[in-house]
Amino acid sequence: MKRYLFILRKPAHSGAYLQEMLDIMLITAAFDQSVSILWLDDAVFQLKNHQQPEISGMKDTAAMLQSLSLYDVTELYIETESLQQRGLNTDNLCLPVQTLPRQQIGEFMRGFDVVFAG
Amino acid sequence: MKFAIQINSSPYHNHAWLTAYQFIRAALREQHEIMRVFFYHEGVYHAFKYATPPDDEINFVQRWSELAREYHLDLVVCISAAQRRGLLHSDEAQRQGKQDNDVADGFRIAGLGQLVEAISLADRFIVFG
Repeated sequence: MKRYLFILRKPAHSGAYLQEMLDIMLITAAFDQSVSILWLDDAVFQLKNHQQPEISGMKDTAAMLQSLSLYDVTELYIETESLQQRGLNTDNLCLPVQTLPRQQIGEFMRGFDVVFAG
Repeated sequence: MKFAIQINSSPYHNHAWLTAYQFIRAALREQHEIMRVFFYHEGVYHAFKYATPPDDEINFVQRWSELAREYHLDLVVCISAAQRRGLLHSDEAQRQGKQDNDVADGFRIAGLGQLVEAISLADRFIVFG
């Protein structure tokens, strides 16, 4: 088993990006690998509460992200500064994530076998 | 060393694929092993058989097909990403009531499990694009 860290950096509805990243993350978890996820930059908007994408006929990706827990993917991290710079805090998010300050991200990434740049 | 490679961008969005291609050639020349090259997201556009660039431009499809032939390289296109973008091999096309077989020589279409398997067997995994 390898320890995977998936790093997400784009907002939801960047084409099929998030659906396709979610597919990889879930398949990796289904192969009994250890999966952690880190949200950086505009990717933090993926987790924003109260999205209504169905108005524009788009997939509710925030609801799809809820399926991570069904695959025992519970190691969820978000960069503190990325949230702050966008006027958000963890109360605005639809998943229970742990915050990590930017200064600690490099050290954090060293703890994984595979860093998957998404 | 064993490498697993993923390519995520399309041939005309940027030249990440050319960097990947040159990396793969250099690695093989140095006797390293390329476990698999996996085409995902917009990377599936590398595998369209009928891409026909002008004669004075790099023919990326031909480059990949030749590389695959020369080194018996496993070029895998993700099936769900491919179907979203209209790339169907004959079996899938038939199942969908279509007549296409658009997959270029040297590529095969398979699931994401092939990516996870390659990463788990490789010493290094590198994403381009």
